Amino acid sequence: MSWLTEYVRPKIRGFLKREVPDNLWTSCESCSQMILVRDLERAHKVCPHCGYHMRPTAMERLAWTFDNGEFTRIELPKVPTDPLNFRDSKKYSDRLKDQRNRSHLDESMVVAHGEIGGHAAVVAVMAFEFMAGSMGTALGEAFIAACRLAILQKAPLIVFTSSGGARMQEGMLSLMQMPRTTIGVEMLNDAQIPYIVVLTNPTTGGVSASFAMLGDIQIAEPQALIAFAGPRVIQDTVREKLPEGFQRAEYLLEHGMIDRVVKRGDLPRELALVIGLLTAGRAMSSIPTPGTEAA
Amino acid sequence: MRQYLDFEKPVAELENKIAELRQMAQGGEGINIADEIAKLSDKADKQLRTAYAKLTPSQKVQVARHPQRPQALDYIRELLTDYMPLSGDRLGHEDKAIVGGLARFRGTAVVVIGTQRGTEMESRLEHNFGMPRPEGYRKAQRLVKLAGRFGLPILTFVDTSGAWPGIDAEARGQSEAIARSTDTFLRAPVPVIATIIGEGGSGGAVALAAGDRVLMLEHSIYSVISPEGAASILWRDPKQAGAAAEALKITAQDLERLKLIDGIIPEPLGGAQRKPQTAITSVGDAIAAELPALTVLEPAALVRQRREKFLAMGRDAQH
Repeated sequence: MSWLTEYVRPKIRGFLKREVPDNLWTSCESCSQMILVRDLERAHKVCPHCGYHMRPTAMERLAWTFDNGEFTRIELPKVPTDPLNFRDSKKYSDRLKDQRNRSHLDESMVVAHGEIGGHAAVVAVMAFEFMAGSMGTALGEAFIAACRLAILQKAPLIVFTSSGGARMQEGMLSLMQMPRTTIGVEMLNDAQIPYIVVLTNPTTGGVSASFAMLGDIQIAEPQALIAFAGPRVIQDTVREKLPEGFQRAEYLLEHGMIDRVVKRGDLPRELALVIGLLTAGRAMSSIPTPGTEAA
Repeated sequence: MRQYLDFEKPVAELENKIAELRQMAQGGEGINIADEIAKLSDKADKQLRTAYAKLTPSQKVQVARHPQRPQALDYIRELLTDYMPLSGDRLGHEDKAIVGGLARFRGTAVVVIGTQRGTEMESRLEHNFGMPRPEGYRKAQRLVKLAGRFGLPILTFVDTSGAWPGIDAEARGQSEAIARSTDTFLRAPVPVIATIIGEGGSGGAVALAAGDRVLMLEHSIYSVISPEGAASILWRDPKQAGAAAEALKITAQDLERLKLIDGIIPEPLGGAQRKPQTAITSVGDAIAAELPALTVLEPAALVRQRREKFLAMGRDAQH
């Protein structure tokens, strides 16, 4: 676990306190109504008119989740760049460089620790702004690092998912992140560390078919698209009209696939509550879970 | 009737000529055609050998998807005895895209699980063209747990273009079913040997292939997305499927080099579809060679090794 002993701890406090001019306007991506940028940021990018949840950056998400917006990011394991020497219309290595410059992130997952409602917690956030949150080797390693950190700190792991699916430019290495991240979840289960998944718009493909669906508690933001196969693929296959609200958070709730749909503004309080309840049973942790130790 | 792939055309011509000659001979023309047939067969063999020695990735895709390739139920019939098919997810559904049950493999009691594509229209519909729904993956989980409880090794035969992308499948939680299936295989306290016999299509395949040993037939493929899918998304041009097949590194040979699979099983000349029996026996021999080293391991060691194997993937990947 060299990444843990070597990691640096950049303190990121008040990272997002930018000055926004009072008179700057924007419009809602859903209802098109005008909103003051300042009001939108205060509302954590939820439209005050229609309640539409716009997509935040990974750093915004971290700031909104931890108490007082304070957290410590961990350095994530380095992985071989472009293992397949992949090229489509553009070289994958160039694509990565562009994405890094544009997003100021190394990869599609950011991991931090801090407190939520006074409880220690590790949070992993998928960055949709980095290659559509696609899952490659770096993301797999980041997720496993987050699991290990949570086990080490005996703190729950909360993951915010948002992903278009597998990082096709890494071929089968991206597919192998499905079993690899699943092993991360199993390590959490074995250590009896609460694992809470917050599904955000969109969570599809290999991510939804691995660690995103294996939470002890499954929460989703309103209206989030959560799917294995995207609506267009399904439309092309079955050539039927898709049901109203198909593959949205509320649809999954009705179909028994998630526990709760929670508005963004209520998330920190909900998470604190869930963590408090799940960790209240700690006294039981010396009793092995049936089935896991038999292995 | 043998179905030829387009790159097999020269072989097809030669073999058709041989068939014609044989028919003429039967017609009692009285000419000695043995020499001619021998010459032509020799030539056809050479053609086949040349073609199959340097198959491009997109030709491998065609071979892997060949309609006459042996399927899971062929392997089950030929390699296993006392096969007792088991059905249902115990949650209200049965999915015939995934077949499986109890059986004996060369004497050892096992649990077998496979994806079945079907052979003619009726059976293809019955098996949904080998594209499982959530209930299929839940049936698989049930069988894996059963195997675990009774200490039976698990053999899987994977051949699917992917999990079924349908409204019903999504409504019943395709994502969760796949994720949980992968989890269940990874936790199995018994040996798991997965063999990719045709097409290993993305998450729908990995959900049945998180094993101690993942073997691939020589001309099978295993990919995160179909070359056609990748071409239309990354190249924005479905005609680039050949380039995508190349770039994605989906052949058994590429995947062995990347250390993502554990072994390659040789196919008879011209592919498994030419001599199914030979291919099936080779698969049986490969499984028999791997099994003893796994059955001696304690369950905890087995699971630990399996995890370590997957965790090591990609950490030292080279070009």
